[in-house]
Amino acid sequence: MTDIGQLARSVRSKNAGPFWVTVDVFFADQQSYMDVAAALDTPAVASVLKVDVADLKRFDLDDIHVIKFSFPRSVVQGSRFDRDMHGAQYANLVAAMNIQMA
Amino acid sequence: MPTRILIPSGVLGLGFDARALAKGVRNRPDAICIDGGSTDSGPYYLGTGTSKYSELATRAQWRDLMLARAELGVPLVIGSCGTCGADDAVDWMFALTQQLAEELGQSVKVARLYSSQSSQTLTQSYAQGDITALSPEIPLDETVINSCANVVALAGVEQINAALASGADIVLAGRTTDTAVIAAIPIARGDHKGAAWHGAKIGECGALCSTNPVSGVIEILFDQDGFTVNPLAESATCTPYSVSAHMLYENADPIRLVEPGGMLDVSRAVYEAINEKSVRVTGSQWHDSERYTVKLEGAKLVGFQTSALVLLRQPGYVAKARQWTDQLHAFLLQTIEQQMQLSQHEYDIEFRLIGVDATLGALEQLSSQPAEVGVLMLVTATTQDIANDIARLCNPYLLHYPLTSDEELPTFAFPYSPAESVRGPLYEFALNHVMQLQNPMDAFRLDVVELDYD
Repeated sequence: MTDIGQLARSVRSKNAGPFWVTVDVFFADQQSYMDVAAALDTPAVASVLKVDVADLKRFDLDDIHVIKFSFPRSVVQGSRFDRDMHGAQYANLVAAMNIQMA
Repeated sequence: MPTRILIPSGVLGLGFDARALAKGVRNRPDAICIDGGSTDSGPYYLGTGTSKYSELATRAQWRDLMLARAELGVPLVIGSCGTCGADDAVDWMFALTQQLAEELGQSVKVARLYSSQSSQTLTQSYAQGDITALSPEIPLDETVINSCANVVALAGVEQINAALASGADIVLAGRTTDTAVIAAIPIARGDHKGAAWHGAKIGECGALCSTNPVSGVIEILFDQDGFTVNPLAESATCTPYSVSAHMLYENADPIRLVEPGGMLDVSRAVYEAINEKSVRVTGSQWHDSERYTVKLEGAKLVGFQTSALVLLRQPGYVAKARQWTDQLHAFLLQTIEQQMQLSQHEYDIEFRLIGVDATLGALEQLSSQPAEVGVLMLVTATTQDIANDIARLCNPYLLHYPLTSDEELPTFAFPYSPAESVRGPLYEFALNHVMQLQNPMDAFRLDVVELDYD
């Protein structure tokens, strides 16, 4: 078992407007991208982020070796119970996910 | 002839490399375009109609851009003035422009494009069915509209071009999409629409699409088929990767981008390095929409806050920090009711444990005992006076509240005096909607004046 943070070149997250967060997982090469894209289970990501899997959008971008996830914020940016104004810390949850490589 | 747009930075206030700007000016651009805002710093700025950036820094950078404009004799355009793009923020930017024109002895025609929306207009549009929810849907009714301190509509290229058509040297636009500020002039000159919007998205954060994001300055050349991105700092390089990867940035969808009047689709875009620094992009597509809609942003006041921070260092309390705040919370609610006669719907007290899970809350997965825990108390109440007074009532308990009744009274660490900090009004974003317009200028107002300090 290896975590995504070790397999990826970088993992970042950021607001995409006040109501969405987007997570970008960048890979250094085609092989590591393909391996993780095949092994990474979308419902597992939804579970870590505590979002409904139906609301989690996934984009596998072959040309730039990126897996991208976007989801509606459960707490709107800057509202009373928001803890992370820019949404940049959600990335840590995805980076810490262990995946079983084939 | 391509249209050359100089983009000094991702946002006014953040600064730029002076040598790179000078290089951009030497290349004789057709316009200098810069963004002035974003929702990214939260609803406070829209709620109050103020800028998040330092006024002096904004003024110093705007001075450089006004000088560059005067040297070139081309338009200088800023969108989303003062972070939020509300009318007050446009007027703030206008006051800075006026002071600088006088200081620099410039005669300039200045167009102010106002984006704020009155509750009457919004209520009417809502009643006519012209306001539509985006996903995720935020409930909307007249009460919500009336509760907003400020609502702005995001202008597109049509409104920026209407401002430029007045012959303005400087356009100070209220809330505008980040891209429209850059795409407007190429589109007005008949360049490829898909390329104009795509290039604008790539350029909207300045040099963030290059290998040296902090250098700020880039230029984009737009033409009939595509666009070319040139970073202007010595150390910055654009590669097909750095440029195409920018479509990911702050976009929920990296392929399609909805803008006023249509949608950009980059699924067929081709990125090529044309030399060691510049990237050429073709194949971007633009699809006109049937309805012309503009996005709305609104911020409503939800209360007033006072915060306090207390530090737990004693290992027994660090280990039981959550239990401590839970007990303290229950005790405080009771004490507030007894001594202040306040019911619980008039205020709220929240504790966040810094060092435990303050950032991610229920999503946090790590647990280990830190050396210390910062307990951040957030008091939210219907008035600032109540929030302040609740925080003062809480103060001695934050300092001394014991977990058990049979122990020596503990004393924790306040990092400063007074321990309470007035946070002021608390706003929340209240709209995630678009408004349909018959004519793009219907929701916007233009005011053009000549400043004559020659």
